[in-house]
Amino acid sequence: MRTLKDVARLSLSMAVTVVAGGVLTAALVRLSPGFGVDEHVLDPTRDAAALRAVQAARPEQSDFLGYTISHTAAMFRGDLGLSRNWNRPVAGLLRERWPVTAQLMLVGILGGWALALAFALPGVLWPSRAWRAFAAGTSGLLLSIPSAALALLIFVYAGPVRAVMALAVFPRVYQYLHNILSDAAAQPHVMAARARGVRPTRILLWHILRVAAPQVLALAGVSVSMAFGAAVAVEVICDLPGIGQLAWRAALARDLPLLVTLTMLVTLATQLANAVPDMLIAKRSGARA
Amino acid sequence: MSRWHARLRRVAWVFLAFLFLAALFSDRLTGVSYARQFRDFPAAHVSWRFPLGTDALGRDRLARLLVATRISLLLAPAAALFSTALAALVGGLAGYFGGFLDRLASRSIDLMLSLPWIFLLIAARAVLPLNVSPSTSLLITFALLGALGWAAPARVIRAGMRDVRNSDYVLQARACGCRGFRLLIRQLAPNLKPVLLAQFWTCIPLFVLSEANLGLLGLGVSDPLPSWGNLLRELETDLAFNPGIVACLALMLAVLGCFRLVLPSRSISD
Repeated sequence: MRTLKDVARLSLSMAVTVVAGGVLTAALVRLSPGFGVDEHVLDPTRDAAALRAVQAARPEQSDFLGYTISHTAAMFRGDLGLSRNWNRPVAGLLRERWPVTAQLMLVGILGGWALALAFALPGVLWPSRAWRAFAAGTSGLLLSIPSAALALLIFVYAGPVRAVMALAVFPRVYQYLHNILSDAAAQPHVMAARARGVRPTRILLWHILRVAAPQVLALAGVSVSMAFGAAVAVEVICDLPGIGQLAWRAALARDLPLLVTLTMLVTLATQLANAVPDMLIAKRSGARA
Repeated sequence: MSRWHARLRRVAWVFLAFLFLAALFSDRLTGVSYARQFRDFPAAHVSWRFPLGTDALGRDRLARLLVATRISLLLAPAAALFSTALAALVGGLAGYFGGFLDRLASRSIDLMLSLPWIFLLIAARAVLPLNVSPSTSLLITFALLGALGWAAPARVIRAGMRDVRNSDYVLQARACGCRGFRLLIRQLAPNLKPVLLAQFWTCIPLFVLSEANLGLLGLGVSDPLPSWGNLLRELETDLAFNPGIVACLALMLAVLGCFRLVLPSRSISD
């Protein structure tokens, strides 16, 4: 019963955040200079009636609030609204493009986590100053290169552009992961286990990861957002037809329906990615209690 | 902090100070304006006259790099200061008063953090005018970074303020009749100072990187004003070995590395 109540509260909180994100984006785009100016209005051959018809074709111009509400309602009818720039339903655009972004994000998250674990675990299991300095140096170096520059470098030299995703996610995950695991490894029970000669793999699995699991799970949720951020830059630079590139084009073209829908979907995805680990952690601590 | 780290930190400070001075007096160092075109020397190679060569329009790359460095070293901290001040206001009020204000602030922070940083920046930058003068585009870019970057620091400051508010010494100060502005100045602000400083230093490299990303995506500072972002765009056109780009990347890495070294220990992760 309590879990149901928690889920309902969480869902309501997510819905409020998602709608607020949509309204905020709509307001931002609506207030932008030059928004809604149709080139047909500048055509001197059109008479007043034609200009009124052009104006009527852009409902967001006259009644912004009504338009935003009707657009939000239309989102739930299936086609997620109509993109002005592409003159196509947003759902169709997303259907075409999501596999590219999903693949990039998957490569980024899996590759980034694999690298982060490969750099963090040896430093925690066999503490060594040299390894720590090497890992910190490598992650610091990658963290100091803009993801767009990294993508451009690899793209220009015909390297594997998907590797950029892993290289962009790795340093961000490593920083947190290293601290979480180091803190867990410094616990007295881990030192006691080491002193008793317990094998490193057993220490890692039973004494470090079990303690650090809630934070590692939370970090996994956050890494979805990190991966999407990197995907935007990679898709734009490498001309990959994904959702990140779609968002960039929608922003440049001031395509209100598309931008609002994308903002709401991205907010929802990020909230879900953060909520799932939170629920797992809550369930785990509930089971323990 | 180990002795080795303390030494490195000192070196980082000296390097940043030296670079800041060099960037500040770049006109005297190079003797050339960043916008001046040497029409007889487009895409010139490294020489005594042009230590980093010239770009496709014949502009001295060293002069442009130093001005870009000056822009980043002056405006990224300014944006970080603005962002930290906003975060202190939102997080401080939410943490101190709690209740409805805290819930409202937390929801706003959640909303801002739900959107990936680069997506938020692109959306916000694109709705602002794009055909503006270079100096306006510069101000818009960094003002935007400052205005949008408050959410993560606000969350940390809110938590810090709650700890300070519930601490014994603040309770005692209240019991002694210390209230309002005096409580803020004498008790709250000094104890929040380390948190605020850590957030300020954390924001600087983040903003430098964000400006570079925006510049590379064509939404940053516009030509002819140089910035690290639009200097790195040369990567698109010039495939051959280019000392200007290598120097720009190396300088950027060195500066960001130094900023990370001078950060209070572990503040990024905390």
